[in-house]
Amino acid sequence: MVAKAVRSALIAALVIDLAVLAYLLLWPRAPRWTEGEIATLRSLWLGSLPPLPPDPSNGVADDPRAVALGHKLFFDARLSSNGQVSCATCHQPARLFQDGLPLGQGIGTMTRRTMTLVGVAYSPWFFWDGRKDSLWAQALGPLEHPLEHGGNRAQYAHLVARHYRAEYEALFGPLPDLSDRARFPASAGPVADPAARAAWEGMRPEDREAVTRVFVNIGKAIAAYERRLMPGPSRFDAYVQALLAGDAKGMRSALTPDEIAGLRLFIGKAECTHCHNGPLFTNNDFHNTGVPAAAGLPMDIGRAAGAPQVLADEFNCLGPYSDAGPDACADLRFLKASGKELVGAFKPPTLRNVAERAPYMHAGQFATLREVLEHYNRAAPGPVGQTELLPLNLSRRELAQLEAFLRSLSGPLNTPPELLRPP
Amino acid sequence: MDRRRVLLLLIALLILSALATACGSGGPRHMTPVPANLDTSTTRTSDQGLYRATIIPSLDPIPINQVHTWTLHVETTDGKAVDQAEITVDGGMPQHGHGLPTQPQVTKNLGNGNYLVEGMKFQMTGWWVVHFNISAGGQSDRVTFNLMLK
Repeated sequence: MVAKAVRSALIAALVIDLAVLAYLLLWPRAPRWTEGEIATLRSLWLGSLPPLPPDPSNGVADDPRAVALGHKLFFDARLSSNGQVSCATCHQPARLFQDGLPLGQGIGTMTRRTMTLVGVAYSPWFFWDGRKDSLWAQALGPLEHPLEHGGNRAQYAHLVARHYRAEYEALFGPLPDLSDRARFPASAGPVADPAARAAWEGMRPEDREAVTRVFVNIGKAIAAYERRLMPGPSRFDAYVQALLAGDAKGMRSALTPDEIAGLRLFIGKAECTHCHNGPLFTNNDFHNTGVPAAAGLPMDIGRAAGAPQVLADEFNCLGPYSDAGPDACADLRFLKASGKELVGAFKPPTLRNVAERAPYMHAGQFATLREVLEHYNRAAPGPVGQTELLPLNLSRRELAQLEAFLRSLSGPLNTPPELLRPP
Repeated sequence: MDRRRVLLLLIALLILSALATACGSGGPRHMTPVPANLDTSTTRTSDQGLYRATIIPSLDPIPINQVHTWTLHVETTDGKAVDQAEITVDGGMPQHGHGLPTQPQVTKNLGNGNYLVEGMKFQMTGWWVVHFNISAGGQSDRVTFNLMLK
């Protein structure tokens, strides 16, 4: 009799337990965030984005006239060897200022992926390997690269004198007199093209300096324009805004339960905020995440090559063309220049609007977000250096939730619409 | 199925579900756990007891992703300021096995045992250690500071 009663009681308890379990697992509840998690969410929120940092190396960085001139230069395809490549050729406004290709296509095919320019002004380093330390110095690289614009600085100086004299001189003072073609050849620069290079080496040092100054100022105007390219709010930001305001209804209408679950993983078990932190979802530092080599391309050691290059760059913060005093160049002066952590390390792009920026990684190695997440989940070693990743052991459902969260980071640009079109 | 089997099945389900809810939320895996009672004092004694050092970051709280400076004060354990020390800086995150993202340096001797440390930067939250290797008067020692950045 007792045994039977005990057994019945046990069965009843088990049934109740199963019912409670079913409730816990299946009933969607408003998630509660701890104080620490709320602080993390606030740090990722677009509302936490500080004002645009000044660029002391660029004296015209925030001059509206430089923005206007830079806007024109950005879309001017005459700044190339074949008259067909402008900055906008690869950094397409309609595609968040990138090109949707695994490798950039200018005059030729590049060995790396075009990076987005949205929010780029917040980074201390430019390119996947950080080989430039200012936006203006970065712009000068592609202009003279044989596979990108393929041109040279003398060609560009003549172009400015012919087509942009008034705007240039209002910002930078008088142009040098370039009319003597013996002293200032049509085509000359420290570039790969042998004729242009020979012409450059035949120039007087002071004339090379004068041409270089015009070239530098082209970069500074382009940088002033690029500084204006900013991300706008996404549904994730609406969620955090509602959370901080205690607006439960606003929270529910901003993100779905799966997206919230993905967010919880993003700041928790998936450890994404080690590198994808701050309101731009990137710490703009260098990390080896074991990304596979791209077939047919030379080995890419990333920051291990980029660090010595930025130190040697004549256009860096400490160089003669920088407007910065030496005290302003802390990132460069205290750069980590060597060490095995730099090998195969690359700069994480912003995750804002990431869903619209396939393919992913420095040579477009992953075609979809799902492939990216599966890579992080497996954490296979990469071709060089030591990966920072450890396997995450996320389930298929969790990976889908993470992906859903990443998709919620899409939003419009917070940039005057006229800057998103050719002038 | 007879009732006994049903009972055993329910018991097994109970145990499994208890285990699932307990372990399902598993946290991040780390290389080194954060020590219990982590000492985050801004004044610490060096490993061999030669020096007592204090850090004064230029920004409070210490920001993420922003290069900034610290002032380091060094004295002997009986309170005498240590001038003319040679000091190098290193550190990292024990849980992640990586070092500092920059190469900070002592760039100025400010006098009275104070030194300007430039190039401090932290690019993620969590547990950081910063070591100062101090040499003065033919002796050397190392002081370690723990930071828990949020």
